[in-house]
Amino acid sequence: MVGYALEATQAALALGLAPGVVGLIRWMKARLQNRRGAPVWQPYWELAKLFQKEVVVSNNASWLFHAAPFVVFASVVTATFLVPVLAVPLPFDGIGDLLVVVYLLLLGTFFLSLAGLDPGSPFGGMGASREMTVAALAEPTVALAIFALALGAGSTNLGQIVARTMTQPGSALSPGHLLAFGALFIVTLAETGRLPVDNPATHLELTMIHEAMVLEYSGRYLALIEWAAAIKLLIFFSLLGNLFIPWGVSMALTPATLAIAAVSLLVKVVVLAAAVAVLETRIAKLRLFRVPELLSVSFVLALLAVTSSFLLR
Amino acid sequence: MRLFSKILQVGLATEPLLAGDEDVVRLLHDVDARARRLFGRALAIREVDAGSCNGCELEISGLTSPVYDSERFGVHFVASPRHADMLLVTGPVTRNMAVPLLKTYEATPAPKLVVAIGDCARSCGVFKGSYAVAGSVDQIIPVDVFVDGCPPEPADILRGILAAVGRR
Amino acid sequence: MTLLFLLMLAGYAFGAVAAVLSPTDGVARRVSALGAVVGGGAGLGVALAFFALQVPLVVEVPALLSVADGLAFRLDALGAFFLALVGLVAVPCSLYGAGYSEAYDGRYSLRFLGAMLNLFLLTMSLVPCAGNVLTFLLMWEGMSLTSYFLVMTDTDEPDTIQAGAWYLAMTHGGLALVLAAFLLLAGGAATTAFADLRTAAATLSPATRNAVFLLAVLGFGSKAGLIPLHVWLPRAHPAAPSHVSALMSGVMIKLGVYGLLRVGLDLLGGGPAWWGALLIVLGAVSAVLGVLYALMENDLKRLLAYSSVENIGLVFIGVGAGFLFLSLGAIPAATLALSAGLYHALNHAAFKGLLFLGAGSVLHATHTRDMNRLGGLIRGMPWSALFFLIGSLAIAGLPPLNGFVSEWLLFQSLLPGIGSSATLVAPLMTLAVGILALTGGLAAAGFVKAFGITFLAIPRSSAAEHAHESPRSMRVGMGILAVACLGLGLAAVPIMSALGTVLAGHAGLPAAAPPLGGGLSLTTPGTFARMSPTLVALGLVVVTAGVWLGVRFSGAARGLRVGDTWGCGRIAQTARMEYTSTAFAEPLRRVFAELYRPTKDLSIDFHPDSRYFVQSIEYRSEIVPWVERYLYAPVIERVERWAVRARAIQSGSAHAYLTYLVIALLGLLTILLVRGA
Repeated sequence: MVGYALEATQAALALGLAPGVVGLIRWMKARLQNRRGAPVWQPYWELAKLFQKEVVVSNNASWLFHAAPFVVFASVVTATFLVPVLAVPLPFDGIGDLLVVVYLLLLGTFFLSLAGLDPGSPFGGMGASREMTVAALAEPTVALAIFALALGAGSTNLGQIVARTMTQPGSALSPGHLLAFGALFIVTLAETGRLPVDNPATHLELTMIHEAMVLEYSGRYLALIEWAAAIKLLIFFSLLGNLFIPWGVSMALTPATLAIAAVSLLVKVVVLAAAVAVLETRIAKLRLFRVPELLSVSFVLALLAVTSSFLLR
Repeated sequence: MRLFSKILQVGLATEPLLAGDEDVVRLLHDVDARARRLFGRALAIREVDAGSCNGCELEISGLTSPVYDSERFGVHFVASPRHADMLLVTGPVTRNMAVPLLKTYEATPAPKLVVAIGDCARSCGVFKGSYAVAGSVDQIIPVDVFVDGCPPEPADILRGILAAVGRR
Repeated sequence: MTLLFLLMLAGYAFGAVAAVLSPTDGVARRVSALGAVVGGGAGLGVALAFFALQVPLVVEVPALLSVADGLAFRLDALGAFFLALVGLVAVPCSLYGAGYSEAYDGRYSLRFLGAMLNLFLLTMSLVPCAGNVLTFLLMWEGMSLTSYFLVMTDTDEPDTIQAGAWYLAMTHGGLALVLAAFLLLAGGAATTAFADLRTAAATLSPATRNAVFLLAVLGFGSKAGLIPLHVWLPRAHPAAPSHVSALMSGVMIKLGVYGLLRVGLDLLGGGPAWWGALLIVLGAVSAVLGVLYALMENDLKRLLAYSSVENIGLVFIGVGAGFLFLSLGAIPAATLALSAGLYHALNHAAFKGLLFLGAGSVLHATHTRDMNRLGGLIRGMPWSALFFLIGSLAIAGLPPLNGFVSEWLLFQSLLPGIGSSATLVAPLMTLAVGILALTGGLAAAGFVKAFGITFLAIPRSSAAEHAHESPRSMRVGMGILAVACLGLGLAAVPIMSALGTVLAGHAGLPAAAPPLGGGLSLTTPGTFARMSPTLVALGLVVVTAGVWLGVRFSGAARGLRVGDTWGCGRIAQTARMEYTSTAFAEPLRRVFAELYRPTKDLSIDFHPDSRYFVQSIEYRSEIVPWVERYLYAPVIERVERWAVRARAIQSGSAHAYLTYLVIALLGLLTILLVRGA
């Protein structure tokens, strides 16, 4: 019973925290650009405003355009039930493992791409084509990084991977883990549409990947999609933080450990957000046809991660 | 790393927004309570160049600079009018831009606001009477605020935007 | 159960005979569909009865053909699984065919089409039931010939005849290799019954066993569509009528997998590790190349055909991993890998059948397969669009459908290999996992393209504009397969348990396989991983409903207005302004340019008076698959050259022919003389 309450809390926490993470990255980037910037909770106001606006839909759009924001949001929220945000083991551990999470996120991407094609706008088509290319090329890296972790833990079960690193602290510094972290970090940047793969704040349609697909969305549909993108970022940050540096994750479901877990999650998210903000300030966006090169670098890192995990079993 | 040492050296460059000349910003009607509530903290702007000389655009581009920093008021610029709450229109509306401007206005979801920047937007400025000009902005789409100037300062533009949502 | 078997035979026979004797085309259509549905349903019934009762079915008719032990049918678990697969897809495709073949009314003989369809289904159903070599080969060849005639139905299309020629040549090449394999295998056996072959195989030398296996891989692999023997697939499947394409792609190529499992696993009983490694390598290459060529296709059915090559590659990865683990003695891992491969074969039959039927609906409505001429069909054909979407989601491996479950299982079956310490197994498995993930992602991209460009946005031609929905029989056929896609995913646990019994007893696999999951979740051996397809599906549905209700009732604004697509304020929007199928795949074309090696042809017509003015520019870029360019084209060219030279024999002169006869006669007499002495 406690477990199910925990699952619900975890999902609610993810939903609630996600826009704040995006706001934090924006705030940090603003300060790095020597300006004051919007407060950290700005995305919350933006979402609230979007929910109150009317929706304008293209006359070429079909039911898919209306359904896609809900599918995207639902797939991301379902994934939050399976990711160890606060505690392990979760009662839903037997329902899905890391592979299920990855494919749930791919479900959202699939529908968003279709929704980009639906209104018949060339921008949407361009965004859809680019997004599916990046997603397809990032898949092998994710699979191999998962397996590098699973080799050591003996299971692709997320709870078990976390538990294993907790019981053997030395494994966190093993080459397999470090390389897998590097690979997954690059994949995070690619999948969530951050520099150097995609600039989330660009206005130039020809440079857009994720943004181009949502140019036609407005009102509550846009709010759902933006929120889903923020939750996706938080999911990746939770995975990066809690799989590779699991200290703080609650193993016993007591209020004290859960409070520590929440605090440690915040710390990890803040550190990762700072890393992303600094990276986005320092690095320029890659030309689209150089992105596969970056993704091949991450694939090689993942391959090396599996090899070193295997050799150092 | 020279970049980061420079960032630390410069610090915060944002200047506070002072009250300016009252006549420059002209609100055409009282701010709707709904607009004030909705857009008071988060406003998305789509800038439309309806045939201007780009002088106003240069000033508008200063808004996102560290000195004027429109983002601290919750104002950010978006690429698609579907994402926008406010249209920032410049230029005497030329014949070729009349229909696109109207289409942009129609593409924006309600509730929406329009702020017209510059003398050209209000009265076609120096291009008044030209064969290429269709009319001033308020002859094409309904306008909420005019900001006078050729071009107006970024601070005035910012005050105009904030006046449209009832801040300051 | 024998009764159901006879009903199956009777159903197909009735369908064939009644189709031939029908007075009109319309009656022929319906009667053949009826026969096929009855036969297919009975076949499915036989298989399900087998799984329920576990009683083998034996029907031997040695008197029918007094050559090589006559006809013998023996149904065991492996055969029953494939029989179920045949029946599962046969019923909806036949229903669909009743409405679809109306387009051929008056142009081609529907009597012949109906008869051939029933014979095709009959022979396909009997291949898994074959109990000795003669029966197997007879049914195999019958399947190939009937499908050849079915492929050659639409002779108005220019590509059909060439497609038929390629298909005929390659399927008979495959038959020759399979025949050689069986001849080698039957060398030491008393009779050619499979039971005797099994016992005799243990006494064969390793070299003979390897030779048999290689011949079987090549022969059955060409039927299955493994690279490099797949070249007939992208030609024959698009050319055939759509319900036949669905059957060929969904069912017939799986019988190649059946043949390989029968010979390699059952009769030979597994072999050294390199067998499995070879299958994994061939499977991985097929998977990657299949999906890459599918992405570049603009012809909807060719895209689906290449996608079949990809999925067969995935099945072979699973089967190969099974062989590999078997040779290493890792029995639970072997069971899992083989079950995952077979499950994927079953799922592929369902969703590829559905996709081909959907493509057939598109073809029926618009008379074109070219995606660059389609678009906006979701408005005129909402049901076909929905079914095609379900098929696309399934083949992209997205939860909660069946494709996702089998991909998950394939991943999990490869994972034990990554930690293995046997030579080169770990790197092979690692690369296989990487390739599996890559093909999954690329398949998703390919089907966003296939569904999005065909059904969404604005129609790109007037044919697409005036598309109408398919008749009811076609919709029912598609609906059955769509439900199957959902159901096969949700019923993963019982199906995987059944697959454990299918493999039981073969090649040392345990008679009672450990359950691959209980209750609602799948569990891999050693509780390495757990997943519950039903609960994932349930979770998605509940959360989606929750989100919708939340947005509806949370006080969010409910306004909705319809406007023009945002195009930066342009005046009008035409179909020329939207993304095309070629454009969608362009980033991937560039990324994999080294592999595709597209040719580029640029011809510019300058104005006669000045080179600064251009009258017309023509740009052509073509992708010729390199297997065909470097393997088949040279071989075909050499064969043609020799054929030209050999033509000299046929001089037309009666004197020359008489001379040949005399020489042949003298030669034979000499041989007889020498042998007599």
